[in-house]
Amino acid sequence: MSDEVFTRDLCSWLDANLPASLCTAMPEDEIPWGGSRGRFPNPDTRRWMDAMAARGWTAPTWPRMYGGGGLDATRAAILQQELRRRGARPALFSFGLWMLGPVLLEYGSEAQKQRFLPPIVRGEARWCQGYSEPDAGSDLASLRTKAVDAGDHWRVDGRKIWTSYADEADWIFCLVRTDTGRKHGGISFLLIDMKSPGISTRPIRLISGSSPFCETFFDDVAVPKEHLVGPLNGGWEIARKLLQYERQNVAAAGFGGELKRIEARARQLFGIDAQGRIADAALRERIAHADMYEYATRLTMQRAQREVDAGQASSASSVVKYAAAHANQQHYELMIETLGYEGLGWQGAPYETESLEQTRKWLRSKGNSIEGGTSEINLNVIARRVLGLPGGA
Amino acid sequence: MNFELDMAQCLLRDNLDNFLARQYRFEARRQIVLGEPGWQPTLWRRFADELGLLGAGLPEQAGGSGGGAIEHMLVMEAFGKALVVEPYLECCVLAAGVLARSPGDAATALLARIAEGSAIVVPAWSEPVGGVATQARRTPDGWQLDGRKAVAVAAPWATHLIVSAQVEGTTGTSLFVVPRQAQGLALQSYPTIDGRRAADLECAGLALTAEALLGTAGASQALLEQMLDEGAAAVCAEALGVMARLHADTLAYVCERRQFGQAIAGFQVIQHRLVAMHLKIELARAATVFASLSLSKTARERALAVSTAKVTVAEACRFVAQNAVQLHGGMGMTDELPLGSYFKRATAIEREFGDVDHHLRRHARLERVAA
Ligand SMILES: Cc1cc2nc3c(=O)[nH]c(=O)nc-3n(C[C@H](O)[C@H](O)[C@H](O)COP(=O)(O)OP(=O)(O)OC[C@H]3O[C@@H](n4cnc5c(N)ncnc54)[C@H](O)[C@@H]3O)c2cc1C
Repeated sequence: MSDEVFTRDLCSWLDANLPASLCTAMPEDEIPWGGSRGRFPNPDTRRWMDAMAARGWTAPTWPRMYGGGGLDATRAAILQQELRRRGARPALFSFGLWMLGPVLLEYGSEAQKQRFLPPIVRGEARWCQGYSEPDAGSDLASLRTKAVDAGDHWRVDGRKIWTSYADEADWIFCLVRTDTGRKHGGISFLLIDMKSPGISTRPIRLISGSSPFCETFFDDVAVPKEHLVGPLNGGWEIARKLLQYERQNVAAAGFGGELKRIEARARQLFGIDAQGRIADAALRERIAHADMYEYATRLTMQRAQREVDAGQASSASSVVKYAAAHANQQHYELMIETLGYEGLGWQGAPYETESLEQTRKWLRSKGNSIEGGTSEINLNVIARRVLGLPGGA
Repeated sequence: MNFELDMAQCLLRDNLDNFLARQYRFEARRQIVLGEPGWQPTLWRRFADELGLLGAGLPEQAGGSGGGAIEHMLVMEAFGKALVVEPYLECCVLAAGVLARSPGDAATALLARIAEGSAIVVPAWSEPVGGVATQARRTPDGWQLDGRKAVAVAAPWATHLIVSAQVEGTTGTSLFVVPRQAQGLALQSYPTIDGRRAADLECAGLALTAEALLGTAGASQALLEQMLDEGAAAVCAEALGVMARLHADTLAYVCERRQFGQAIAGFQVIQHRLVAMHLKIELARAATVFASLSLSKTARERALAVSTAKVTVAEACRFVAQNAVQLHGGMGMTDELPLGSYFKRATAIEREFGDVDHHLRRHARLERVAA
């Protein structure tokens, strides 16, 4: 089948299967996170996720044998392009897709791939990320949650923090200490069922008002031996690889794309001039500037994606993470400006819930330069690894 | 710039800082802000009785101590440091400023009630679509007001409102004193992002007595503009306190937080960031003091100085608040530290009394007129 035929088939499939209600802006509570606690206030979200998953297109480039779409880079790009052209919402939001899956494909055993990848593609298993600890943030390798060999299983004790959605997840991928003698060389990568006895979570409230963050406690948790990914004490390499995928994929997923709405609001707020442009010149220029920056960032993302599709985690991932965090923050600064006084209302204000939602997103965007490795750490990484500059940590 | 506080001003500032350090702890504030009515009326009376605060910037004939812009600046900075939600700005700066310049015994009497803490007067000037569309009609008994006002901060706590309106047959703005309980006035109240309370007002057939009009019909535009400049200067001063706290908390945090086997304060990137925050605060301070001292000058000098301050302060607020969050890492995103509340107030100040674009435009316009 030629790419043209693929595109034609794709278009008619999309015409038949993409619900119109999913070609609109996505409110927070309609994000398709999936998982056993998945909520679908709009039933179309569920239908769209299932339809895409059935074709493996929630994970377009993963091999078919693990439920993926088996598409090459060109066709994956065509798929993305057609979805974007229609303004389709993503069919599935998932740490499994963005973070765990790619490293399982590379480091997982055959049995692990068969067991864990298909439920990710289908949106059945929701994963969370157990990296950060109270004393191990930027200096992640100083983590102390430990896994001890207890004969036929691992025994895990310790505490993770900032675990996004731990209270909603089915599974957690965790960095654990398996050798206290070596720092980076004493870390292993472990998959843990969140239903295991001994795991508990405590939600932490965010400045944006919701609490998707948790503290996650492990108290004598038994984990089957076969849930270790890669070699014992070989977790750091996997952890770093995953961070690269995270920086790139999370950047791509959460990225901009709503400038049209900002423009529409700006027209409302400031009116239009004789040529039909936003009447306020300074704001108009800032929107143009944001547009250009987002565009350049998107192109860089696509380049990074091609490198990944070609089999190597991209060295551009840190650049992309930094740039996308910056772009997204600028974006919401503009958004909040165009909300005018509505941006000041909080719970129960007589304004459209949409304004309130944008205000929360704006607050949440402040985390973009912290999560997945802070912008400062990203710059350090680029300085050392890309520019080859000297330095320690 | 030659600027020294006198003894009384130093005393005012120190007393207030001490009082707030004891009586306005952050945890207690959090509970007050989350509950009803969202402020502390008893504390307000203590501001008046124990500290003489409410009249600090008011004329002596109204029971005040004869101070002015500098007193307001000192109070607002202290309020910023403690993140006080009580409506000093709305009542003692904005409304009191308008009343002090309005002729008539009613205005002076109301001013005296502000100074003693028995009246909370709050202005309501902004409308959903900008401009003044609220209409005032003469009636045999006085006036009738119809229209809407948006985001009147502290209005839910007010005993009186000062409402801007257009009197039929005039083009300029007029200001009216409206008792909170007046028939035909409806408030829809809600919390603002920074933990205050605001209301949208609806005046429908709101009947007022003849004395409700302040000054002459249609002649209050200049007064309103002066009030807005005084408000802008006051929130600039408040921002100095907010930013000082954000900077101090961040400085303490980076000295205490350890990563990579050392305090993160040891990383040069972090040092430079804290220095950059400090520099912005210093510039903001200079511009704010100058704006406060310029409030009594000509309208043009006043506007230039206030716009300069508002832009300098807004940019500092954004930089300082965002970097305070950033340097706290994950902790910065939680609602568990005072940081989050200071961050929100700093970003609200950025937008109050005209955002950066507004003041850049005004400054550019005035400078061009001069050339
Ligand atoms: C919204 C959000 C979601 C998150 N979700 C998850 C999750 O699901 N799972 C998970 O494991 N973690 C998660 N995190 C945690 C995140 O990965 C950490 O917050 C991040 O790695 C920073 O660690 P820290 O918070 O301990 O900050 P710290 O490491 O204490 O850093 C504090 C400040 O110091 C700076 N700094 C530190 N070291 C250096 C240096 N060497 N040079 C220069 N500057 C330095 C940092 O850039 C930062 O500004 C999330 C965080 C956020 C904000």
